[in-house]
Amino acid sequence: MEKFKTLIAVAAPFPQKNVDTDLIIRIERCTGTPKEELGKYAFEMVRYLPGGADNPAFVLNQPRYRGAQILVCGEFFGTGSSREVAVWALASLGIRCVIAPSFGQIFFSNCLQNGLLPIVLSPSLVLNLIENASAPDAPQFTVDLEKQLVNGTIPFDIAPRHRKMLLEGLDEIGLTLALEPRIAAFQAADRARRPWIYP
Amino acid sequence: MTGRTMFDKIWDQHVVEDLGDGVQLLHVDRHLLHELSGQRGQLDLKKRGLAMRNPELAVGSMDHVISTAPGAKGGNFPWADRMIESYRAESKAAGVKIYDIGQDGQGIVHVVGPELGFTLPGATLLCGDSHTCTHGALGALAWGIGTSELTHVLATQTIVQQKPKTMRASFDGVPAHGVTAKDMILALIGQIGTAGGMGYAVEYAGEAIRGLDMEGRMTVCNLSIELGAKIGMIAPDEKTYAFLKGRRHAPAGALWEQAIAHWNTLPSDADAVFDKEHRVDCARLAPQITWGTSPEDVIGVDGRIPDRKPDALAYMGLAAGAPIAGTKVDRVFIGSCTNSRLPDLRAAGAIVRGRKAAKHVEAWVVPGSWRIKQDAEAEGLHEIFLDAGFQWREAGCSMCLGVNGDLVAPLARCVSTSNRNFVGRQGPQARTHLASPAMAAAAAIAGEIVDIRGF
Repeated sequence: MEKFKTLIAVAAPFPQKNVDTDLIIRIERCTGTPKEELGKYAFEMVRYLPGGADNPAFVLNQPRYRGAQILVCGEFFGTGSSREVAVWALASLGIRCVIAPSFGQIFFSNCLQNGLLPIVLSPSLVLNLIENASAPDAPQFTVDLEKQLVNGTIPFDIAPRHRKMLLEGLDEIGLTLALEPRIAAFQAADRARRPWIYP
Repeated sequence: MTGRTMFDKIWDQHVVEDLGDGVQLLHVDRHLLHELSGQRGQLDLKKRGLAMRNPELAVGSMDHVISTAPGAKGGNFPWADRMIESYRAESKAAGVKIYDIGQDGQGIVHVVGPELGFTLPGATLLCGDSHTCTHGALGALAWGIGTSELTHVLATQTIVQQKPKTMRASFDGVPAHGVTAKDMILALIGQIGTAGGMGYAVEYAGEAIRGLDMEGRMTVCNLSIELGAKIGMIAPDEKTYAFLKGRRHAPAGALWEQAIAHWNTLPSDADAVFDKEHRVDCARLAPQITWGTSPEDVIGVDGRIPDRKPDALAYMGLAAGAPIAGTKVDRVFIGSCTNSRLPDLRAAGAIVRGRKAAKHVEAWVVPGSWRIKQDAEAEGLHEIFLDAGFQWREAGCSMCLGVNGDLVAPLARCVSTSNRNFVGRQGPQARTHLASPAMAAAAAIAGEIVDIRGF
């Protein structure tokens, strides 16, 4: 997994609440579309007009936000379906960090598995950041995962394990495979405790 | 020492390793695969050069991309057939039992898990699908995962998880006639919102939950994710045991007795403390129906459309202040992992019997599993639906998410027994109203949204 280095990038405001993963990526795109091509389908229902032209009202179609790598979102971003393709689509679009007051829980886990940093901040702080990102002369945002700071002054919490995974680009499957003796020991003991689980 | 919740007991029994900072490595007792997310995970596993660690702890079905057209034997598209083939081949190579199209045991994963007795109380159960919370109805600790975590389960039979907080939602009172499990859980979602359960494992309790049959409990737990909770569960009891006994993958003989003794220790202790408590008064509930583009946008069918969320109202083509009853509908979908089980079909059939669908309505019934379809036909339910002009289709996820091509047309309005009324969920610009099977059936007959209590 790609390591998460300090990110200095354009941040796009996306204040809509309860953005579900169906809106991020339609289910038809989850049927084998190569990961790198998913970006063009991200948010397609709101990003394009009927007929396929860019919807000028959609934030990422505005020239100043093209190439944004940070999304500052409304409450409960990524709710709904477990489709990890939603995260792949954002990543394919170039998004490396999503800031919101809260996230859909499966989406949050899926972000961490793909080197995309989900940052939870209070609703008022997120509102400020949305205002900052919306200002005509909005500067780029800085996300420093090492120091756990947004724009140099706003601290954020992240579980130490998640921070380490992202900073070092660790692969969770590799980490767990190293614990194989513990898994084998658990199953041996559990087989005696709950034999009906093991056919 | 204070008592422990069922969630805590089951969680603690599955800890393989404490990874620190509240994160633990948990054993996965049961893994359900389907041809959409399962196939993708299988390919990722292969790419890594890894093998499935415990194929005997997994079973698979076909549900998401398969056609539900009567008599269908595959997908509606070449890509779907390729996906199905790949999934078959990888499962065979790994030694995973797949319940294939046309076989007893095939159906929506969250229907067939319990139906096969694969889902068990006290077991951890994962699946690459957010509605895996359904299995909590049997007292399993179950939640949905993405592709990376799915691949992790295939490779290691474990999952890395941060322990959530606990919530208890108590459903008091006896629901009125026509008020179902679907209405109970939609009412809770309306009460606390789609983020109300975020970060919690929810236990559903109370008189009205105890009164539900197992299928109703599955409907309640199914919508946990629409509450923002990955996990929803109900304590196992005699109903649970009666439901499971004799099913294909359920323990038998001495193991059954041993399992029951263990399962009896699982319910939350009387003095267990939950991090949060909510209550729903079921005696006062009307049948529920959604009006917007989130499951929290829900009202009693005797209510008026609220004056908020203008974007949702515009998408739905509804005017604030108008009664929801009387809204003309174009489609009706009875199916999905929420409401496609035999009692759901019976409830819909009881409304439809001897009546006809309105001329302008296209109504579908999609049983949740091959077995349910056979059992329903043995009772003659299919004839009731067919006589009324409904379509009677093969088991699958179908129009709940439409990935197989079962879609609602742009701007068409559908009363659906499924779980999500999101923008575009049933097709681009499709307008979805979530409701119970009886409410959906009545809407098909009347051609508009109607209050089942006066129907």
